Amino acid sequence: MTAKITEETKHYPADLFELASQADIVSDIVHRPEQSFWQDAWRGLRKNKAAIVGLCIIIFVILLAVFGPFMNNHGYDEQNITRTNLPPKVPVLEHLPFLGLNGVDGRGVDQYEKKGITEYFWFGTDELGRDLWTRIWQGTRISLYIAFLAATIDLIIGVAYGAISAFYGGRTDNVMQRVIEVLVGITGLIVNILLILILKPGIISITLAMVIVGWISMARIVRAQILKLKSYEYVLASRTLGASNQRLIWKHLIPNTLGPIIVATTFTIPGAIFTEALLSFIGLGLQPPTASLGTIVNDSYKLLRIYPHGMIVSSIIISLIMISFNLLGDGLRDAFDPKVRK
Amino acid sequence: MIRYIFTRIGYMMITLFIIILLSFLLMKALPGSPFNDERLPETQKELLYKKYGLDKPVPVQFGIYLSNLVQGDLGVSFVFDNRPVTKIIQERIGASAILGFQAVFVGTIIGLLLGIVAALKHNTIIDYGATVLAVLGISIPSFVFAGFLQYWVGVKLGWLPIAFWNGFEYSILPTIALAVGVVATIARFTRIEMLEVLNQEYILTAQSKGLSNSYIITKHGIRNALIPIITIIGPLTVNTITGSLVIEKIFSIPGLGEQFVNSIITNDYQLIMGTTIFYAVLFVSVILIIDILYGFIDPRIRVAGGE
Repeated sequence: MTAKITEETKHYPADLFELASQADIVSDIVHRPEQSFWQDAWRGLRKNKAAIVGLCIIIFVILLAVFGPFMNNHGYDEQNITRTNLPPKVPVLEHLPFLGLNGVDGRGVDQYEKKGITEYFWFGTDELGRDLWTRIWQGTRISLYIAFLAATIDLIIGVAYGAISAFYGGRTDNVMQRVIEVLVGITGLIVNILLILILKPGIISITLAMVIVGWISMARIVRAQILKLKSYEYVLASRTLGASNQRLIWKHLIPNTLGPIIVATTFTIPGAIFTEALLSFIGLGLQPPTASLGTIVNDSYKLLRIYPHGMIVSSIIISLIMISFNLLGDGLRDAFDPKVRK
Repeated sequence: MIRYIFTRIGYMMITLFIIILLSFLLMKALPGSPFNDERLPETQKELLYKKYGLDKPVPVQFGIYLSNLVQGDLGVSFVFDNRPVTKIIQERIGASAILGFQAVFVGTIIGLLLGIVAALKHNTIIDYGATVLAVLGISIPSFVFAGFLQYWVGVKLGWLPIAFWNGFEYSILPTIALAVGVVATIARFTRIEMLEVLNQEYILTAQSKGLSNSYIITKHGIRNALIPIITIIGPLTVNTITGSLVIEKIFSIPGLGEQFVNSIITNDYQLIMGTTIFYAVLFVSVILIIDILYGFIDPRIRVAGGE
């Protein structure tokens, strides 16, 4: 096609033509408004309704975990034998009998009337008469605290380890990867159990036990990503321009690894909540009167057949948190994935 | 390939050694001794220590423990009248193995079906339904699910027994509880793999050759989608065994998991150590076998890797 046109145009004198100014060529220019990393991610995430619902639930649960225990006058460890095992009773909603929030237990007896209690316990009480609303939100707070703490420590160790290993390469990388290869065969739960047997259950020991193998997956993700980025031309360009290692790591490599890091962290949190609950279930959880979601589920499981309300409420909340974080994680993974972006 | 396998076995040995050392040091770090009786005269205590080799320095004791271990002797349980730990594990492993295999078998089949159907009906109500089920299955903790299964199906409806291990019907509820996670994991993974495979060009080639849809899906689609699923067998085994710890406890099944949880509660250290080492060997072997298998099964890796 082009050749044909040149054949024809050869016959025209040159002065018929005029040089086009560089500024007139606009069809080649692809212009899009500049978007920061966060705007870009948010734009992707916003399209995913499930992830947004997850995010809203997480925010709501965190708010309740922070303020919930202050919403009535009961302490989380305040026992009272005169009001044990009360079913939930909520104002207004008590008039809708099918919800089961009217203070009537499984046998159809209004426990509040029977025990002469005028107060409302929104989630009911446990076998020692402790208010479950306060206890559950207090437990959620501790579970979330453990999960966020474990995720943060995982993140710091994992990112540092993975980044150093991938960036320096060579012998450093070799030694560091051999160490990981040995550690990765050790199953998390076994180490958790062994460590907690030595350290005795507590918030710090449980967190520590989870971190000890938890950082490995983060280190592997970061290493793989940085190895990939390292071979890109813009890194070479920056190095040619005299950028220091520090600058390369902090300005180019880490920011571009943020996506996978955030996604991995989002999935670490439900994992940590689950592990903590599992440890409580096999008798290695926090010691009373401290409560976590895991210990509350475990305690109320024992009463499931007679007083199911405790197990129902605590299970719903722990499941809701796990589902929300998984949905958010899925959404973030898609939002950060350039292949999916349109 | 041979070299690769040997390197992997080498790492496996180091990993196992670290686990054994860790559990051994744990036992030494705990206060007290097995002969705490105050009425025991010093001389007799010394004799007992000598008999069980406890008078020797810790590294020597570790050497003895290791050599016993290699010969299949994991010591004796403190709680169960000095019964050998190996014997206890042997007795208990049966129920756990049956439960585990049933759950993985049922879970894999349902998961595969769900994943394949979801991918074929991509972006329809079926796909969304399967995705929601998978998220629920992954998110809801197995013990929560098991508790409610026991309460509603077992106690309220009275359809199935809720505890113990006296026949097939006793295994149904625990199998379901354990299989839920497997179904969800497999379904999710299969769906993604299947969608990816269906977008490949060889599927288009097959279509343009005029092959029937069902032939393409079974011969080209599913076959290729299944290969990467081998990689999740490792994590799946870990999850199933982890899950069986609580499921066996909830349903009072006389399996290894229930025994392990009880030994933690009763501080039966020899038994804890023995079971820990047993689990560790199991995990590490599964991971090794999968890695080797994967190299054999996927022709692309076989050619490209060539190790």
